[in-house]
Amino acid sequence: MEVFLQQLINGISLGSIYALIALGYTMVYGIVQLINFAHGDVYMVGAYLGFFATAILGWSFLPALLMSMVVCAILGMVIEKLAYTPLRNAPRIAALITAIGVSLFLEYGMMLLVSPQVRTFPQVLTEVQYKFFGVVITNRQVIILVVTVALMLLLQYIVHKTMIGKAMRAVSHDKQAAQLMGINVNNTISATFAIGSALAAAAGVLVGIYYNAINPLMGIMPGLKAFVAAVLGGIGIIPGAMTGGFLLGIVEAMVSGYGKSLYRDPVAFVILIIILIVKPTGLFGKNVREKV
Amino acid sequence: MLKVEDVHVYYGAIHAIKGISLEVPQGQIVTLIGANGAGKTSALNTICGLIKPKSGRIFFEGKDITGVPTQEIVKLGLTQVPEGRRIFANMPIYENLELGAFLNKNKKEVAQDMEKVYTRFPRLRERKNQLAGSLSGGEQQMLAMGRALMSKPRLLLLDEPSMGLSPILVKEIFSIIKELNEQGTTILLVEQNAKMSLSIAHKGYVVETGRIVLAGDAKELLESPEVKKAYLGG
Repeated sequence: MEVFLQQLINGISLGSIYALIALGYTMVYGIVQLINFAHGDVYMVGAYLGFFATAILGWSFLPALLMSMVVCAILGMVIEKLAYTPLRNAPRIAALITAIGVSLFLEYGMMLLVSPQVRTFPQVLTEVQYKFFGVVITNRQVIILVVTVALMLLLQYIVHKTMIGKAMRAVSHDKQAAQLMGINVNNTISATFAIGSALAAAAGVLVGIYYNAINPLMGIMPGLKAFVAAVLGGIGIIPGAMTGGFLLGIVEAMVSGYGKSLYRDPVAFVILIIILIVKPTGLFGKNVREKV
Repeated sequence: MLKVEDVHVYYGAIHAIKGISLEVPQGQIVTLIGANGAGKTSALNTICGLIKPKSGRIFFEGKDITGVPTQEIVKLGLTQVPEGRRIFANMPIYENLELGAFLNKNKKEVAQDMEKVYTRFPRLRERKNQLAGSLSGGEQQMLAMGRALMSKPRLLLLDEPSMGLSPILVKEIFSIIKELNEQGTTILLVEQNAKMSLSIAHKGYVVETGRIVLAGDAKELLESPEVKKAYLGG
């Protein structure tokens, strides 16, 4: 029971990271039907920006988090403008391959810039451990969860209550009809990339303070896992990405906790295969029929 | 109010519109009739800036709007109700209407305009919190029109508003179109239902395979032997 609770808590922390990254995948897919495989690398860039702010500039956690989110939002928009906008009407496979190209560019560009060595995050937050019934919770885990939940609430507010959020939903439903409302489709897509990238950056900084170590290829595996999480919840569905992220994090932590850590990664991908066979629309997906 | 001069549109190698010219005077209902695939929808989408013409000019209230992005054209007061309604099915009705007023930053005015739309279409008010996809075909058409009205258009383009509706609903929709026109909105109506649309229009154009083959006063067109033969069943 103790192992279970402990792994549940660890899984929620890990799941928060997956969920934040998965949101960007799902939002971008929802609006341009593109699996942005460079998304995991934006998360990596976010982690490095957090490292730069805390280790080199000596900033504290919150300013570092905000700076990383803003810079990655801009990075996301630049990637979209330079790499994906010219391919908007090209076959989807072209955009997909381009995304892989952008991913490699970010990984090895970063390596060139900061060298491939692993960097250690400074102790921005001194670790405090709380013990309840033999279960250990650290203040970092609490912060990860609090930041994640706060960002998710903010995202839900933006998507449902603001005009830009409504525009995003309209564009994802029907681009031409959205244009006829006077919505600028290009700006709306840019905004979506910006928000998704900012969330990935937040995940990067949180991972930095949680696991301490970062490197230029750190985005590959979490990027793929977050993609699995997005598909698990139903690609294109925001609450699905949140749920899928947490679920996947918890499953992985359980697998590790019960002595099968070698199976962590395979389990995630087996989940992907099962979902694609059994319910390709994901847990939250439904087939909406429209009247004509 | 709207002037289209010798517009040509290509889809790849296909010459879809082969030089269409037409004019919509202020305050009138002008209808564009023709069979499926004649190029009516392409013509409307070109006017709205969704398709760029290969050549030709489009003027709205004297301003050249050829090649201007759609959102700028909507800002000028020209809105289209697209074929097949194209409502945002997974959003509630009130959000569909809000999106119609996307360019209007004045919240108070938007609320007033929404009130007007609800007064015109009481069935939308009853269901304002329901998802738009749950509405019947006729209600969806009303929502699409209400949504377009939220942008306060001076010229409203309607693409096949009668499509898929029962005769009673078609009558209702057409009487609403007439009413809108009487209250000051200029209308360009694209229809396959030639009889209905010519009966409420001032002017009509007959489109065939990307060309205008007949033009004139709507009443005269209704009586003309060519139109009778081709569109009104003899």
